[in-house]
Amino acid sequence: MRWLDERSATAPYLRKALRYLFPDHWSFLLGEVALYCFVVLVATGVYLTFFFVDSTREVVYHGSYLPLHGQKMSEAYASVVHLSLSVRAGLLIRQTHHWAANVFLAAIVLHLFRVFFTGGYRKPRELTYWLGVTMLMLSLLEAFLGYSLVDDLMSGMGLVIGYSVGLSLPFVGQNLMNWLFGGEFPGGPQLWPRMYVAHILIFPILIGMLLGAHLLLVAMRHHTQFRAKRKQTERTIVGVPAWPGQAPRSIGLLVGTAGFLFLLGGLVQINPIWLWGPYHTYASTNGAQPDWYLGWLIGGLRLMPGFDVVIGHYTLVPGPFWGGAAFPLVVFGFLYLWPWLERRFSGDVAFHNLLDRPRDAPVRTGIGVGMVSWVFLVFLAGASDRVDVTFGVGYVPQIWFYRVAVLVLPVVFGVVAWWICKDLQAGERVAADRRHAQAEARLARMRRAQDSRVDSG
Amino acid sequence: MTQLLGLAIGLALLFLAAALVVVGLKLVPIEEVAEEYPPQEHPGEQQVIAELIDESGTRFTRARLFKLGLAGAGGTIGLALLAPAVSFGPLFHVGDFLRTPWRRGRRLVDENGRPLKAAEIEKENFYLAFPEGLDDEQREQVAASLVVIRLDPDQLHLPPQLKGYDAHGILAYSRICTHAGCAITLYRAPLFQPDEPRPALVCPCHYSTFDPATGGTVTFGPAGRDLPLLPLYEDSRGYLRAKGNFDGPVGPSWWGVRLWKAQP
Repeated sequence: MRWLDERSATAPYLRKALRYLFPDHWSFLLGEVALYCFVVLVATGVYLTFFFVDSTREVVYHGSYLPLHGQKMSEAYASVVHLSLSVRAGLLIRQTHHWAANVFLAAIVLHLFRVFFTGGYRKPRELTYWLGVTMLMLSLLEAFLGYSLVDDLMSGMGLVIGYSVGLSLPFVGQNLMNWLFGGEFPGGPQLWPRMYVAHILIFPILIGMLLGAHLLLVAMRHHTQFRAKRKQTERTIVGVPAWPGQAPRSIGLLVGTAGFLFLLGGLVQINPIWLWGPYHTYASTNGAQPDWYLGWLIGGLRLMPGFDVVIGHYTLVPGPFWGGAAFPLVVFGFLYLWPWLERRFSGDVAFHNLLDRPRDAPVRTGIGVGMVSWVFLVFLAGASDRVDVTFGVGYVPQIWFYRVAVLVLPVVFGVVAWWICKDLQAGERVAADRRHAQAEARLARMRRAQDSRVDSG
Repeated sequence: MTQLLGLAIGLALLFLAAALVVVGLKLVPIEEVAEEYPPQEHPGEQQVIAELIDESGTRFTRARLFKLGLAGAGGTIGLALLAPAVSFGPLFHVGDFLRTPWRRGRRLVDENGRPLKAAEIEKENFYLAFPEGLDDEQREQVAASLVVIRLDPDQLHLPPQLKGYDAHGILAYSRICTHAGCAITLYRAPLFQPDEPRPALVCPCHYSTFDPATGGTVTFGPAGRDLPLLPLYEDSRGYLRAKGNFDGPVGPSWWGVRLWKAQP
C-alpha cells in the first residue's frame, strides 16, 4: 500500500473510492448486469477471433458435419461451422457469446426503463443518460454486425434487409450503401474484413470508451436514491460503502452473471448455424426470426403497408425507410429529446438527487408507458408469422389488427397508466390524511385524559 | 461435451457467486453511511477558468489572424482525412445497380447448369433458374436468379406493356423481393379454388405478396414496386430463353429507382 502510494500518490483517491456509497435498491443492479455482460462479451469474443476467418471466398465444405458435405460456402461460414462442431469448447464459447449479447441488450433496456420511469435522467445527470442511449444504439448495431458475420442463411437474410434499409434512405441511400459495401449487394471482397474490424475493434472500443465516461459521470455526481428513509434527502446520500459492504455483492453479481451466461451457453441451444446452411442471394427460408432486440424493426418492416413516396416517375422515399429507419429514428429521437422536453413543459429546472416513484410523475409515466407499448406492439407484430404457424390465427388479419392497434392502444395504455398513477397518489393522500387524523385524535384523547386528571386532582 | 463444459464452468461460477453474496450479506459488517452529495457547482473554479481563458486572449496579439489560421488548418486537415475514406467503395459509380446478366437468346439453366425445357415446367411448382454460363460468384448477383412458374394462359391477365412476356403461360420473375432484397422462396399455388383464388409469390422475410398473373403486382405486404418480369420464349428445341431484359430495375428500391430501366 505504502509502496503504491509513494509511487502513484493515489491513496486519497483510493480512500474515496472505497468509501463511495451505493444506495441499496435492487433496480440499481440492472446497469451492473449490462456491464458484466459486456465483460463476458469481450472475453468470449476474443476467444472466437482465434478461429474466425473474415473472408467470403468460396470453399467446398469437407468437415466433420456430413449434411453440409460438398456444399459451396464462404470461408467465414465454414470457419464458424468448424468452430462449433470440431473445436473443443468452441460451441460453448460461441453460444455464451450469443446469449451474452441477448442478455446485454435486455439489461440495457431494463436499465433504461428504470432510469426513465424514476426520472433518474434529470439534472444533473442528462449527460450520463445521453451516453447511455448512445451506447444502446451502438450495441444494437454491434450485435447486428456480429450476427451478420457468420454468413449463414439467416444472417445473410438479415444483412440484405439491413442493406435495403440503408438503400432506402432518401437522397444518400444508394451512394452510401455502394460505398460501404464496395458495390451493389452482396458487396465486394472487402466487405467482410470491414465488418469484422467494425465488430471486433471499432464498435467495442467506442462502447468501452462511452462506458468509461458513463461510469465516471455516475461516480462524480454520485448515485441517485429513492427516499426510503428520513435521512435521505436531495443533499444527503445514504448507502453502503464500496468497501467492505458493496464489493462482495458486486463481484458476486459479476461472477453470477458470467456463470448464468455460461450455463445458458452450455445448456440452451442458440442459433444452430449448421442447420441453416450457407447464405446465397437466391436462397431464403420461411419462419426466420431475428434475435429479440431486432424484433421491433422486423415488426416495423412487416407492418408498414407498401408505401413508396413517388412523384410521377420519381421515387422519393422507398418503403423500407419507414419501418427500418424512420421508426427507430423516432424512438431514439424521443429518448434523446425527452429530458429537454420534460424540462421545457414542466418548468422543472432544479437539481435532483432523489428519484421519483413512477406514480409521482403521472404524465411522464403515461407518456413512457405509451411509448413502450407502441414499440412492444410493433415487436409483437414481428412475431405474427410464428403465431400463425403455432396457433393458426391468419397472418393477414393479424397484420391488419396490429396496423390499427399500434395507433390506438398506446394512447389507451398511456391514459390508463396516468389514471392509475393519479389514483395511487389520491389513495396515498387519503391514507396520509387518515393517519394524520388518527394521530390528532390520539393526541386529543391524551390531552383530554390529562385535563381530566388535572381537574380531578 | 458442450453441455458438460457449460455445466462445469457455469456452476463453478454460480457457486462462487453464491459464496460472495453470502459473504456480502452475512459476514461483512453492513453499515449504512450518510454523506453529503457533491456541491451543485463550483463557482470559484468556474470563475478562475474563465479568467484564465480571458487573460490568455488579451495577451497575444493578432487574435483574429490566429483564429482564422486555426480554422483554415483544421478545415484543410479535415478534408485531407476525407480523401482516404472515399476509397472505401465506388461512391458515385452506381450504374451497376441496373446491369443484369440477361441478354436476348440467353438460355435459362437450373442450379446444376442444366438448361431448362419448357415442357419440364409444371403448374403448381416453382423453379430456380440462372442465365447460362455464369460462375458461382456471378450467380450471387441480385439480377441473376429467377423464379419460374407456369400458369394457365387463360388465368393470365398481363397488362398491355407486358403482353408477350410469357412463353405459353411460363413466367420468369426476378427472385429478389423489391422490398428488402430477400429471395422469394414461397409460391402459394391454389390447390382448392374457393379457398385461395389466386396464385401468389411470397417473400418469407416480410411477407410481401406478388400476383404473378398480373405482372407481379403487389397484393399484400410492404413491397412498394412490382416484381420485375423477364420476357421469355421457347426455342425450336424446347429450351427456355430470355427475349430481352427485365421490365424494371431488380432488387430493393432506392431513391429514384423508377426513373431507370434494367440494362444488359
